[in-house]
Amino acid sequence: MTETNRPKIRAQHVEVHYGDARALHGIDLDIHAHEVTSLIGPSGCGKSTFLRCINRMNDVIDGCRVNGAMFIDNEDIYGDHMDVVELRARVGMVFQKPNPFPKSIYDNVAYGPRIHGLAQNKDALDNMVETSLKRAGLWQEVRDRLHESGSSLSGGQQQRLCIARAIAVNPDVVLMDEPCSALDPIATAVIEELIEEIRSEYTIVIVTHSMQQAARVSQKTAYFHLGNIVEVGDTDQIFTKPGNKQTEAYITGRIG
Amino acid sequence: MKSGHIVASFDDDLSELNQMLAQLGGLAETQFANAIDALERRDNRNIDAIVQGDKQLDELEYELNERALEIIALRSPVAADLRRVVVTLKVASILERIGDYAKNMAKRSRVIIEHENSKSENVSVARMAALVQQMLNQVLDAYASNDSDLAMDVWDRDTEVDRMHTSLFREMLARMSENPEQVSASSHLLFIAKNIERIGDHTTGIAEQIFFLANGQFPDDERPKADKSSVSGLDQI
Amino acid sequence: MTDTSTSMSVSAALKSPESAARLKARYRAERRFRFYGRAAIGIAAGILIFLLSSIVYNSIPAFTQNFVDLDIELAQDKIDPNFSYDTAIIASADWQGLIKASLRRDFPEVNARADKRELYDLVSSGAGDWVRDFVLDNPQSIGGVVRIAVPTSDDIDLLIKGLIDRTLPESDRLVSNKELVWLDHYTAQDRVNAQFAWTLFTAGDSREPEMAGLSGAFIGSLLTILVTLAISFPIGVMAAIYLEELAPKNRITSIIEVNINNLAAVPSIVFGLLGLAVFISFFQLPRSAPLVGGLVLSLMTLPTIIIATRASLASIPPSIREAALGIGASRLQVIFHHVLPLAMPGILTGTIIGLAQAAGETAPLLMIGMMAFIVDTPTDITSKATVLPAQIYMWANNPERAFLPKTSAAIVVLLVFLLSVNATAIYFRKKFEKRW
Repeated sequence: MTETNRPKIRAQHVEVHYGDARALHGIDLDIHAHEVTSLIGPSGCGKSTFLRCINRMNDVIDGCRVNGAMFIDNEDIYGDHMDVVELRARVGMVFQKPNPFPKSIYDNVAYGPRIHGLAQNKDALDNMVETSLKRAGLWQEVRDRLHESGSSLSGGQQQRLCIARAIAVNPDVVLMDEPCSALDPIATAVIEELIEEIRSEYTIVIVTHSMQQAARVSQKTAYFHLGNIVEVGDTDQIFTKPGNKQTEAYITGRIG
Repeated sequence: MKSGHIVASFDDDLSELNQMLAQLGGLAETQFANAIDALERRDNRNIDAIVQGDKQLDELEYELNERALEIIALRSPVAADLRRVVVTLKVASILERIGDYAKNMAKRSRVIIEHENSKSENVSVARMAALVQQMLNQVLDAYASNDSDLAMDVWDRDTEVDRMHTSLFREMLARMSENPEQVSASSHLLFIAKNIERIGDHTTGIAEQIFFLANGQFPDDERPKADKSSVSGLDQI
Repeated sequence: MTDTSTSMSVSAALKSPESAARLKARYRAERRFRFYGRAAIGIAAGILIFLLSSIVYNSIPAFTQNFVDLDIELAQDKIDPNFSYDTAIIASADWQGLIKASLRRDFPEVNARADKRELYDLVSSGAGDWVRDFVLDNPQSIGGVVRIAVPTSDDIDLLIKGLIDRTLPESDRLVSNKELVWLDHYTAQDRVNAQFAWTLFTAGDSREPEMAGLSGAFIGSLLTILVTLAISFPIGVMAAIYLEELAPKNRITSIIEVNINNLAAVPSIVFGLLGLAVFISFFQLPRSAPLVGGLVLSLMTLPTIIIATRASLASIPPSIREAALGIGASRLQVIFHHVLPLAMPGILTGTIIGLAQAAGETAPLLMIGMMAFIVDTPTDITSKATVLPAQIYMWANNPERAFLPKTSAAIVVLLVFLLSVNATAIYFRKKFEKRW
């Protein structure tokens, strides 16, 4: 019981500064395992910034400082002992624009296991690639052309390839930064279905501008505004009777 | 009220829906008032008009349904907007039921007018009808002004209607057993009383929808019930 | 355009006569601009075509050389008196003497010393090499008389090619009347023939135009460029990667950046002075050597390579970096697995253009002694050498009339060299280019 109730990810007063500008004003948020948590809010509200704190992608930005603590499994990922490379293997990420490497489909998926030395031999690697592609629902479509370029796929297939690539290293957490914003409704539906299918195995955090998508795919929703969390709660609650006027104004499409 | 939607035509759609519902409410109110009027004045000239009026009411409700479905399909309303549309649909269907009861009352009034011997019971029915009319009027006002307190006031007053109905029921039973020749007219009157009581119940239904619209949930406590007619027999008189 | 007080609709406004005129004026302006553009391109292309065709036209005579067939008596005692059959002994025989003897036999009436010298001037002073090469290839011919084609002297060659007008009075022309008579004698016997001038490509430099070739300068250029490539490519690419990908953005790196950009604009002669002071005076490296030339040109090429590399690294979309970082690649892995392969076409293009620029450079090499008369073809990067552009300059300064077409020919060779370098650049860019 306590095991399931303990949050997978716990943000404690996370503040992010870009130079002199403060992007996040102290975020406290618990994210639970095997759930999809969606982060919504107007552009520039800090939801993507927060997402990028979870795998420390903000580290590569010059002049970006992160204060506060972010725990994954009770371990502070901003602690001194934390290795960023290892962290990012545990926390996979899928980006807004499908960004397969300009390599073959096989090499795209095999890249993560290769650099982390996860496969002992060629067979094991083949296996990992197959499993990941199957999990991402792409295997049937690409099994006969694994050695074609990843960029030869359609947008939706490319995004599923990116998901396969992210889960190939067997992460605990998968972060998705507006994964469907460049896709058509059918491809979007396929990805959403995929998210629903894999959520039992991962902790998924998704940033989305589409409130319908947040409502469809997530169990928890957090509404960000101007670098603060305004409201967080069960998705059905947020979308039927939000507790906060600001949240309500945002999700019903009124000027906040 | 809070500021409008960024997509202004969404606001227009919602206010159009509200207007349709107000029209529907007004129509149901009129139908009910006309039915009561016809009964009290023993005037059967208006009865056909009432029956015709119900058709108009049904058509309006159908139109409102169409409009609401359109809004749901095209605007994907959420939260307060979604509640507004769903509540409108439900209230519309309740008003349609109220219209049906009014039509039924009018039809029964015709029989009473034709077969009646004495007019003595009408005072109780008139009192109950006046109360329910007032409740209906108030609940529609509450809806128009988003006033959930006013709606809850209506909700509480239904007990009074129930009590009146119970006593009317017992009175009618006693009278029918005393004057068997009036059974035909009296039983129709009994049904009219029941219809009025049902309309009272429906106004509480509307009141609950208003409360839900404002608060996102239904009233906590069980509505107090005082209608004992369903368990009343001649022995309890 | 439309008066705000008169609420004229757009479509109505467009139908008014003023509007039609305005529209016409707009199209006219567009046509005018097109014409200017075409004219500019036409003028540029015209100048280029004129320049190229005049160079090519002037160079044509240099690609052929006239030979005269002489009957050479290969007397045993003059070549290998002791029957040693040693090639060294045979090679050192007085071949020019044999040619002179042959000429004397053909014209026994020439007796005066001055006339004899004029007669000998009929053929190139290096003609003996042809006889020697023939004998070394055919040693069994010693003792007999063979007819061998030897190059005519540069003036005779020009005369045959029509570049010296034989109708001019004798005092105004480089070939005397007597020489004309002797030459006509050979021509009448059909013993004068033009051949392709292989000398131009196989021989080193020479004071005699008919003996001078570009081999030394070409190899010198190649060695210099190789040294430049070997030094500037790794250093430039590494510096660019560090500056673009890894260096913290602070005052020091921005100062370095500004200086690199400025370095690209420094006159090349300054690099030559620097090379002279540092490599030759301080490090005591050999003068005139491709090693030093390459080092100096590296200094010049480095900024170009660094700027080109940085630009092509910066043009790699951040999404690729994010993708790699996102699955836990280290910064170095991101660079070497993803960014660098994608940036390669741009880097190679920049490098090869930088090298082509270096290959055409003369000024810095002037300072380190590579603008020198060097006969031997260089064998390694420390032997004395010159480069193609320097060779062109030196030939252009030579007084002999025959160096004029030679200079043009050398320019053509340099242009072909640079064009093929650029073609390589395009090939590599196409080969490495990938879609993402």
